[in-house]
Amino acid sequence: MLGFILKRLGLALLVALAVSAIAFFLLRLTGDVAVAIAGEGARQADIELIRKTYGLDRPVVIQYLDWLWKTLNGDLGTSIYFKTNVAPLIIDKLPVTLILGLSSLALALAISIPLGVLAAIYANSWIDRVALAIAVVGQALPNFFFALILVMLFSITLRWLPVSGSQTWQHYVMPTIALGYYAAPAFMRLIRAGMIEVLSADYVRTARAKGLPAHKIIFKHALRNAVVPVVALAAVQLGFLLGGSVVIETIFALDGLGYLAYQSITYKDFPVMQAVVLLLSVVYVLLTLLADIANAWLDPRIRVA
Amino acid sequence: MLGMNRGFALVLTSVVLAGTALSTPAWAQKAANTIRFAYDQAPESVDPFFNNTRIGVIIGANVWDTLVYRDPVTNEYKGQLATSWKQVDDRTIDFDLRQGVKFHNGEEFDADDVVYTLNFIARPENKVVTQGNVNWIEKAEKLDKYKVRLTTREVFPAAIEYLAGPVVIHPNEYYEKVGPKGQNEKPVGSGPYKVTNYVPGKSITLELNKDYFSGSPKPRARIGKVEIRFIPDRQTQMAEALSGGVDLIMNVPKDQADQFKTVPTLQVVSGETMRIVFMQINALENSPAPALKDERVRKAIIHAIDREAMVKNIVGEGSRVLNTICFPSQFGCTDEGAARYPYDPAKAKALLAEAGVSNLTLDIVAYRERNQTEALIGYLQRVGIKTNLRFLQYAAMREVVSSNKAMLTHQTWGSFSVNDVSASTPNFFAFRSEDITRDAAVRDLLNKGNNSVDPEIRKDAYRRALKIIADKAYAVPLFSLSTYYVASKDLVFKPYPDEIVRFWEMSWK
Repeated sequence: MLGFILKRLGLALLVALAVSAIAFFLLRLTGDVAVAIAGEGARQADIELIRKTYGLDRPVVIQYLDWLWKTLNGDLGTSIYFKTNVAPLIIDKLPVTLILGLSSLALALAISIPLGVLAAIYANSWIDRVALAIAVVGQALPNFFFALILVMLFSITLRWLPVSGSQTWQHYVMPTIALGYYAAPAFMRLIRAGMIEVLSADYVRTARAKGLPAHKIIFKHALRNAVVPVVALAAVQLGFLLGGSVVIETIFALDGLGYLAYQSITYKDFPVMQAVVLLLSVVYVLLTLLADIANAWLDPRIRVA
Repeated sequence: MLGMNRGFALVLTSVVLAGTALSTPAWAQKAANTIRFAYDQAPESVDPFFNNTRIGVIIGANVWDTLVYRDPVTNEYKGQLATSWKQVDDRTIDFDLRQGVKFHNGEEFDADDVVYTLNFIARPENKVVTQGNVNWIEKAEKLDKYKVRLTTREVFPAAIEYLAGPVVIHPNEYYEKVGPKGQNEKPVGSGPYKVTNYVPGKSITLELNKDYFSGSPKPRARIGKVEIRFIPDRQTQMAEALSGGVDLIMNVPKDQADQFKTVPTLQVVSGETMRIVFMQINALENSPAPALKDERVRKAIIHAIDREAMVKNIVGEGSRVLNTICFPSQFGCTDEGAARYPYDPAKAKALLAEAGVSNLTLDIVAYRERNQTEALIGYLQRVGIKTNLRFLQYAAMREVVSSNKAMLTHQTWGSFSVNDVSASTPNFFAFRSEDITRDAAVRDLLNKGNNSVDPEIRKDAYRRALKIIADKAYAVPLFSLSTYYVASKDLVFKPYPDEIVRFWEMSWK
């Protein structure tokens, strides 16, 4: 088990490093950063000054190695746009994104578990179809569009919820729904498939034969087994949700990491962009690693694979 | 099974009900005397010298004061932190300063503040973002406690205009201690509003400066509090306006503004901006489109475009058709005596035939208001000029223009809100990098206008330069842009061409 964890950990680190390198070079392909920072109407002298100030006149590989060395030493640099240290900037925004990610995950599970179970119990009936329809809509509807529908309904027509901001818990309701609904279908399909498999297993038949009540069979015996792969998926999905919050946070002007990522892209603030990409990829890689370890722990067959 | 379903339903219902019970409907904040203003971009710094965003200019004008104030209606210069000034010679101006002014932190205003600020921003190593706003300053000297002498590097007739615009005055003791970084974190000015809360990238709160000096040309503010939130998504801003979450938004696209007109709680206000729109025509000797070297072809292009129709149908209320390449209120801007080219497709075709040009195919580079570019392409098509669109980012477009790869451009220019021709026309016609006509006579006249302090000599030089540009059809002057604001119905609000939102002028109906 320890060998497995170490191997996976090493791999995870390599992935994070590769992501950071790719991100670094891709950012440089988006155009001349100095010109972008200087903005409309800047004179050539302004641009040269910026280039020199931020060390953009050096070869890209040197810039990357310099960035990597500093990052490894805990220095994420200074935001070009906000002129403050990147690390505190990111730490400030982290709670909003974590709250949004976790609440969306909770909502996704709250929607998908009952729907998945129902769909499995009444497989191929109209209930199954309705559940499937809900899942398809969730997957097919772009979340920014769904977000705007929510705003129209709850903020403009009904006036129940504030449109944007992050001051109170009410501000999180619509973003959570928009993001959580999008993540739900994957869980639902997994639960439905798992439940159908488990419900036809021998021990369930035995339980039925013993005369146990239906809800006991479903929740105590079947769901507990069907939900195991969901745990692993949840870890990965959380990573998706944290990364996927860029659009939702921007729409709802939630002052989190996703919004910061959007701003840094708009302003070509590459130290911030770089740090956010690195952080999100590390989190994602760690969550995947966690899922791998959890799976291996639950199922010894994976460990040797 | 049933238990689970019921639980789920219960959670959902309780979330929705709690939302209903606890969220207060956010109506216009007339009762709280607070304006909630949303803008799509956050400033990189609140210190006016360290941002180049519109919102930065707006915050700067409300939180800081300048030596001189330009009345946005009459364009007359009035004393603000200075009470009077005198041009001593071509490069020297003396200012008498106002007494009894205090900064938000209690620091008293005097010559030291002016001298420190001007000398600080004049030094390139202090890296003021828009160097063009400050690099004309050589030095400032204290003559006595309320008297300052300013020397410009060269003859710089637009000095007063800049001193009435981007050049704000910082409190010297505070600024010396905290620098631009501290001035951004805890901004201190002397203006009608003071910053009470600032979360970078998220929001900034301004409160009325109760100790604002009397006698300022900025009238005493009446709105107690201004909450500025940065909302990047335009749809979200509009939803906020519709739901009463904000009281003012700006830069609303025309088609959407038209829809807002039917909302009873809102008013739509439009106004002209200083941003001018024009087409550059590459008439250089080595032009990638040699046909454009023929004056008749260039004139045909202008005659082909129905500018009145564009203003009416796609640009919007407040915009006006231009005949020269400058904004009409700018000092020295005039279309007196300049050739006019009314919409006349038949004449355009005749001119093309006369020049022996047929099947002309051109490129047009553009970077904003794509619908306008497409209209331009449509008009050119009608007289037989085929045009391919290259829609680029601003920086990329500028590179195309300055490397002589552009044939036609759909260009716009905001002059940094500086009300002087030296901030507009010379940028495109005085042999700078984006000049793709390069007429030495035009350049010499523009330089003459830029380098004289005699207003009459300047006006005459600019008028003659603008006339040559028009007569030789070096560019297609199109129109000024207008901008739409959507505000709460109760708000008394007036837009100005410089696009500065003057909270100090606003009130509730």
